[in-house]
Amino acid sequence: MVSSELRELYQELILEHSKKPRNFHVLEHANHSAEGFNPLCGDKFKLYLEIKDDRIQDIGFQGSGCAISKASASMMTASVKGKTVQEAEELFNEFHKMLSGEASAKANQTKLGKLSVFSGVSEFPVRVKCATLVWHTLHAGMEANGKTVCTE
Amino acid sequence: MANGSKRSAVLEQRKKEQALFDVQKHRKDFPLLTQKVYGKPLVYLDNAATTQKPQSVIDTINQYYSKENANIHRGIHYLSQQATDAYDDARVAIQKFLNAKGSGEIIFVRGATEGINLVAQSYGRTFLKTGDEIIITAMEHHSNIVPWQILCEQIGAKLRIAPMNNAGELLLGEYEKLLSKKTKFVSVSHISNALGTINPVKQLIKMAHNVGALVLIDGAQSAPHIPVDVQELDCDFFVFSGHKIFGPTGIGVLYGKNELLEKMPPYQGGGDMISSVTFEKTTYNKLPFKFEAGTPHISGVIGLGTAINYVSKIGLEKIAAYEHKLLIYATEALSEIKGLRIIGTAKEKASIVSFVLEDIHAHDIGTILDQAGIAIRAGHHCAMPIMERFNIPATARASFAFYNTREEIDRLVEGIHNVLEVFK
Repeated sequence: MVSSELRELYQELILEHSKKPRNFHVLEHANHSAEGFNPLCGDKFKLYLEIKDDRIQDIGFQGSGCAISKASASMMTASVKGKTVQEAEELFNEFHKMLSGEASAKANQTKLGKLSVFSGVSEFPVRVKCATLVWHTLHAGMEANGKTVCTE
Repeated sequence: MANGSKRSAVLEQRKKEQALFDVQKHRKDFPLLTQKVYGKPLVYLDNAATTQKPQSVIDTINQYYSKENANIHRGIHYLSQQATDAYDDARVAIQKFLNAKGSGEIIFVRGATEGINLVAQSYGRTFLKTGDEIIITAMEHHSNIVPWQILCEQIGAKLRIAPMNNAGELLLGEYEKLLSKKTKFVSVSHISNALGTINPVKQLIKMAHNVGALVLIDGAQSAPHIPVDVQELDCDFFVFSGHKIFGPTGIGVLYGKNELLEKMPPYQGGGDMISSVTFEKTTYNKLPFKFEAGTPHISGVIGLGTAINYVSKIGLEKIAAYEHKLLIYATEALSEIKGLRIIGTAKEKASIVSFVLEDIHAHDIGTILDQAGIAIRAGHHCAMPIMERFNIPATARASFAFYNTREEIDRLVEGIHNVLEVFK
């Protein structure tokens, strides 16, 4: 028997993205990159960005982690591709609010769209880091201007 | 009919085993084990991380703070004498537990980690020099890697790593090849926390002694689970942690041979570790006090003494035999699960089962089992090089203590089937 909390956490869309992650490749023409590492559980991702005129033209990632972190990475890349750096930062901000339970379900749905599938993670405080790891990596990557940084 | 007689044979067998080791009776000593998690009876299988405490240990600490609290080795009043006696009694209990020659060989530290750091800094920094070699193994916990790396950096010594095979067994031939006149120190875990491997430490010690090297045994995982006799092993140092042997956190033990401890300089300076102090010169106190600067963790020491007496009363041989049965039962039950692979399949193993499940990350396994009230460890177990060796990011680990039951292992198996259902 799988509990409803678990079904809420491991939704179909999350499982599907974790099994078949989008943009899961090295970006040869990347001009920004960053590494995200969670030493507690061993999640490790490298994010590649091609940013031109303040816009994320292309994005890719590689690495390994739990279903939540991998699905989050996959869906993050899909949702920020084509957005400006500013828009991506705003999305991260909303994502963070959702996971800390600060925003209403309706607000999440409007502002985050598909990403609101991660709202169930807020019921599992130890797993919030898994969902936000790659977003922190994105933040670092956009700021780091070509340098590789390590986030926790 | 055949089924019925089989079942009665199983029941008969269980009865016999219960007469040998009454797990239900022992479980009653641990108040924490009776609680529910998410409405389900707790199944605590994270004993390699820390163990639960029997009521006697909880009572001892309570009693100490309610009725006996005073500083030791300084007051001439009644309470201080009481506290000092209880503190000294605990040391003697631990001396007997490890079969050390004298109680001066038992040094109280914060845990196994501090014990290793003490030896690396006090012995290593004084008696090792540039070009000397230190050997550890590929299956060490970070606490038995990093202190040696720090030392190597300080003095220019070299760290050598004895490799293991795919089962997680140390390759004795390779270890022998590493040993040379340059080898001055060997530090090795008695039982691997991530793989469960029991290392043939007596043999390793003998081989190291043959080239004149000293040996420290990290007993964090062995002291709570198998009998240890430091004289029989002939180890030079042995460390373990209180909280892994049903005692309090923040207290542990370093055993060292008297002649070595005598010639080692203090690790920290302060009160209690001195005989006399002037601004020109300080004379250090005798063993073991030379290594115990400042007011120690008195309640921790007394609590640890009670924990040691508790396990000694049950008997480490009995505990080891019972836990071995649990290990066999768990290994068989888990092996039957399709897609599950046990990491660490040494012939000599303690009651630790690390595993990976299909390509499901250990963290996801941990969360789903937790929802069923089952506490396991998921991650790299503070042994990242082991994960690298097996080319896996992490494992899920169930580690048993003598208060665990077969029924709890059945719950674990059921929980793992649940994990597979979520990821179907």
